[in-house]
Amino acid sequence: MPEIKITRSIDLKTAGPFVALIALFILGAFVNDAFLSSGNLSNILARSSFIGIVAIGATFVITAGGIDLSVGSMAAFISGCMILIMNSLMDKIESLPVLILIAIFASALIGAAAGCINGLLTTKAKIEAFIVTLGTMGIYRSLITYMADGGTLSLNFTVGDVYSEVYYGTLLGVPYPVWVFLCVAIIGYVLLNKTVFGRHCFAIGSNEKVALYSAIHVDRVKTMTYILQGICVSIATIIYVPRLGSASGQTGVLWELEAIAAVIIGGTMLKGGYGRIWGTVVGALILTLIGNILNLTDMISNYLNGAVQGIIVIAAVYLQRGAWRKRAPT
Amino acid sequence: MNFHLGRLKLLTPSILAAVFGLSIIASASAQTIGVSIPAATHGWAGGLNFHAEETKKRLEAANPGMKIVLLTANSASEQANDLEDLVAIHQIDALVVLPFESAPLTGPVRNVKRRGIFVTVVDRGLSEEGIEDVYVAGNNAELGQVSAKYIKERLSSGGNIVILRGIPTVIDEQRFDAFIEEIEGSNVIVLDDKHANWNRDDGFTVMQDFLARFPKIDAVWAQDDDIAIGVIQAVRQARRQDELFIVGGGGMKDIVKRVMDGDKLTPVDVLYPPSMIATAMELTALKFLSNAPINGDYILGSPLITQDNAEDYYFPESPF
Repeated sequence: MPEIKITRSIDLKTAGPFVALIALFILGAFVNDAFLSSGNLSNILARSSFIGIVAIGATFVITAGGIDLSVGSMAAFISGCMILIMNSLMDKIESLPVLILIAIFASALIGAAAGCINGLLTTKAKIEAFIVTLGTMGIYRSLITYMADGGTLSLNFTVGDVYSEVYYGTLLGVPYPVWVFLCVAIIGYVLLNKTVFGRHCFAIGSNEKVALYSAIHVDRVKTMTYILQGICVSIATIIYVPRLGSASGQTGVLWELEAIAAVIIGGTMLKGGYGRIWGTVVGALILTLIGNILNLTDMISNYLNGAVQGIIVIAAVYLQRGAWRKRAPT
Repeated sequence: MNFHLGRLKLLTPSILAAVFGLSIIASASAQTIGVSIPAATHGWAGGLNFHAEETKKRLEAANPGMKIVLLTANSASEQANDLEDLVAIHQIDALVVLPFESAPLTGPVRNVKRRGIFVTVVDRGLSEEGIEDVYVAGNNAELGQVSAKYIKERLSSGGNIVILRGIPTVIDEQRFDAFIEEIEGSNVIVLDDKHANWNRDDGFTVMQDFLARFPKIDAVWAQDDDIAIGVIQAVRQARRQDELFIVGGGGMKDIVKRVMDGDKLTPVDVLYPPSMIATAMELTALKFLSNAPINGDYILGSPLITQDNAEDYYFPESPF
């Protein structure tokens, strides 16, 4: 008997976020006909790619028992750096695609370095991840505000026109950001579920001491998860910057919480030890869908948007945890 | 003076002459003016910080005895702490404050006033009358009204509009209510309004959804220029720039430039100058530099920026 119960609850854990996603789709279609239009659906997918990609990185960090609060500020900081690099190289490099590639390369480098700093401070300096990333969160947020002089950094229009293709362009009718999101998700899935590294993340998140005794390079693996997170943030900014061509102190505010929420809605354990990439992808879609559906209706007062979001997030996690099944009489 | 006011409407016009007509006498005794403003969390506040810094530099350079302490706060409670610090640590003689929120800061500002400190309140009025000596503000209601008038006239034969609002606050309410009051009774139909929180990303997202939802939109009231930038991109993405026009607000250099260049998508902008902090600081400094009476309310106008006058409002060196 107990075995049957376990398989049931695992099934539900996998299906939970998908059930919530489908429910939201039905709700959306019911609320407004425009919801199912191809334009709206591609908007939703492209929009969720930022948080989604960041959240895939966060899945690794959280699975290995860590947390990264700095991602939103880091995204703003990297966006600012990319814009400054492109604007300053305008006179020196003639080929705009080369210029953009340099900025993209720099972005990946800064992202990896920023992640590495978070990782080393956590593992080598033995400071709690919460405090380390709370600190770097403040640092990057201040840096972007300083870089922008309190205002907004704007990308040069000539480069912006060429670069904007990265966000607005499509392949087979699907926007590029969605393809990037998909690729990152597939790579993330393989890395987390099909490699030794992924298994080590699970092991460390479950029990760091046991992992250490099992000859796992705990510090190295944990630092690696933060580096992956940094690279994911940089990928997200690479497709974010061409959208509006600007960065300010307002960029990426609360992305960290949205990313963590996406990860948890998707079925990853906040305390570590278990992670699911596809769940995270669905989690990010759910978060974007809520905002989209609220914008498509005037049935709910604008002032209550946050409340609706809160209820749906809690409901989605409730479904996924399957607590209602355990309590139900058998 | 390098601050740029739209129209300086004084309740007592004679004060204007008195204030700007007098010769400034450098004072021998030292004064400290405390300035407490919100941190640069969005474009407009960035402009505010820029002008506050500039004015501080200029006033200190021009008046050797004068010291200006500028503090920025991220929340109302942080600002209340700042006010206590200004009084206790910096021992200010005058305070220039742009309250984060009206109600929570009324008490703290009243406490400052009780110490006999000269108080200038900027932009957001306190919940209780008679605390401040000087009040300098933009006119939020006028911003809404001017925007509505323009849209009403452009769409005199009728049309559909959508509204992107700011962060749910008193400022947003005042602008929105005045706009709706002015637009009522005209042929213009307001399809819906949503909060876009005075930032570009939300402006983009909300506008994308409006475009998906409504097949015909004739005008957009974005209320703020940061929102307007996001709206412009969303409209371009949907290739619907020939169908509608956008009215922003604030006077951001990028938008004013577009107006100046005769962009059909953004034919006008409505001023709400962040440089009002400069007006307030200069006036407060005058308190110590002259005997001119300065107490009273100073309400700056929110004129319509059109292609003809855009040049007067274009400041490429400002961050906003």
